[in-house]
Amino acid sequence: MKPAVRTGSHYITGDVACAEGAIAAGCRFFGAYPITPATEVAEHMAERLPDVGGTFIQMEDEIAAIASILGASWTGVKTMTATSGPGFSLMMENLGLGVCTETPCVIVNVQRTGPSTGLPTQTGQGDMMQARWGSHGDYELIAIAPSSPQDCFYHTILAFNLSEKYRVPVLVMADEIVGHMSEKVVIPDAKEITLVSRPKPKGRKDRFRLYEPGPNGVAPMPAIGEGYNVHVTGLTHDERGYPSMTVEAQEQMMARLKGKIRNNLDDIIHTEEYLMEDADIVIVSYGISVRTGLTAVDEARKLGYKAGLFRLITVWPFPEGRIKALAKKVKAFVVPELNLGQIRREVERCAFGRAPAIGVPHCGGWVHDPDDILKTIKEAAR
Amino acid sequence: MNEIRFSGYGGQGIIRCGLITGKAVSLFDNKFGTMTQSFGPEARGSACSSQVVISEDRVLYPYITRPEILVSMSQDAYEKYEPELRADGILIYDTDLVRLKPLRAQIKVYGVPSTRFAEEMGNRIFANLVMLGFFTGISQVVSAEAMKKALPGLVPKRFLELNIRAFEKGYDYGIELLAKEKQEAQKEAKPPEKPPLPEAKKTPPRKAKQ
Repeated sequence: MKPAVRTGSHYITGDVACAEGAIAAGCRFFGAYPITPATEVAEHMAERLPDVGGTFIQMEDEIAAIASILGASWTGVKTMTATSGPGFSLMMENLGLGVCTETPCVIVNVQRTGPSTGLPTQTGQGDMMQARWGSHGDYELIAIAPSSPQDCFYHTILAFNLSEKYRVPVLVMADEIVGHMSEKVVIPDAKEITLVSRPKPKGRKDRFRLYEPGPNGVAPMPAIGEGYNVHVTGLTHDERGYPSMTVEAQEQMMARLKGKIRNNLDDIIHTEEYLMEDADIVIVSYGISVRTGLTAVDEARKLGYKAGLFRLITVWPFPEGRIKALAKKVKAFVVPELNLGQIRREVERCAFGRAPAIGVPHCGGWVHDPDDILKTIKEAAR
Repeated sequence: MNEIRFSGYGGQGIIRCGLITGKAVSLFDNKFGTMTQSFGPEARGSACSSQVVISEDRVLYPYITRPEILVSMSQDAYEKYEPELRADGILIYDTDLVRLKPLRAQIKVYGVPSTRFAEEMGNRIFANLVMLGFFTGISQVVSAEAMKKALPGLVPKRFLELNIRAFEKGYDYGIELLAKEKQEAQKEAKPPEKPPLPEAKKTPPRKAKQ
């Protein structure tokens, strides 16, 4: 066995950093189907997992890939898959199964440009709303957006920790540029990395109820074969895990699925702020667009504009409270993203008419020219 | 900040050039280096390139906008990328593989027969390392020590020594060329009293090496 944490400085791509983050986080099962630009995550997992006693399976398609990580998760291991646009679409039904059965797992989407096959080798951020609402039904999940290979390492660990703590699929919404660019990635000592594992049940096995929530609203999770009564179904189920076709069971289940996320927003939502103290024009950004956004903020400051940047590390659940508070004091929001305004609309919703949310539309395929963002900042300041 | 583009055709090790340079500055020269590569069907066999942005501070915008250094190892790549080179930029090219067109006045041009040097060393596969050495000597944006330290892990272990030799070959050639350029500049600054003989020192550099 080789060490799981490759402590030291490395010059690697975001995809490889993502795989290293997963292994450092304790991921020991990876099932995937290769697709540009996420293939390198699978390649690296295939190379690394046998070293650390893990299992890699190349599945027949993305439907099977996500099914495999849900099943493996119930055997007690931390699991991940990685894909891009078309594969992400195929995963949507079983993503809902993961949410409904409260199965911890991480799904990496190295976004490319859609719709459909789109520009397979080029970047995009067009799957942000699909990440939130792609599966049917009403639900909550968590999505995180890294901006660099270094982020890919840490944010994948964060994704695992949140996934285990809240028993929910967590999406790492990277993109082609972040996935394929090479930068320095510092991997710390294993003991400096905080890891979270799913709550385990205690007490009498005959009185165990599979979905009886703990103090933070999350039910302890046994592995199959440990002797607890485990019935896992996508049908509406009661606290025992048995199908129950009643309005009451649906209400109880939905309250738990929503509550464990909505009641722990402070712990789940991670953001960063840059030059926000006196900012009256605020860029709201995530993923690769944070970098072009920061370039534009620096330029704008040089020209005397009071620009700042509010970075969403956690995109879902959306930091509604902070946007609401900011809307009361800022002049405008500027939202650069590699789609024609998905998160812009979310900012607009939370700003509630108190400040405009101005998009910097880009169809994907490349990043924003920082000058275009700067131009929008200037217009917003007028 | 330095913006560099390595270019050639798929198979020459152009992406590797970017990776080695990016790793060298990031891990051993204490700077920030972001490497991106052309990626797609157009990259295989025809013009292909990798880009490195080097900076003292964190690199935000990941791509080069107006490169100040263009390294070209094929005619296609040279013709495709030359127009984006800054007006005061540096063009570094393989003298046997690229035929220069009339250049903009302020662009500095440095040539090396990197593929031929590599063939003389036994295998043209080392051409990119000769070119990297030459680039390091000429451009001075990254130290030779850092570049050599960056090689393990990016070239096969059993060929590490040969790769280092190829690198040094190109590096020495670059340093010599710069020294010669400096001498000539000094000569121009202080013109000799008698005009030099017309035949004096006309041997082209590649002949001089053989």
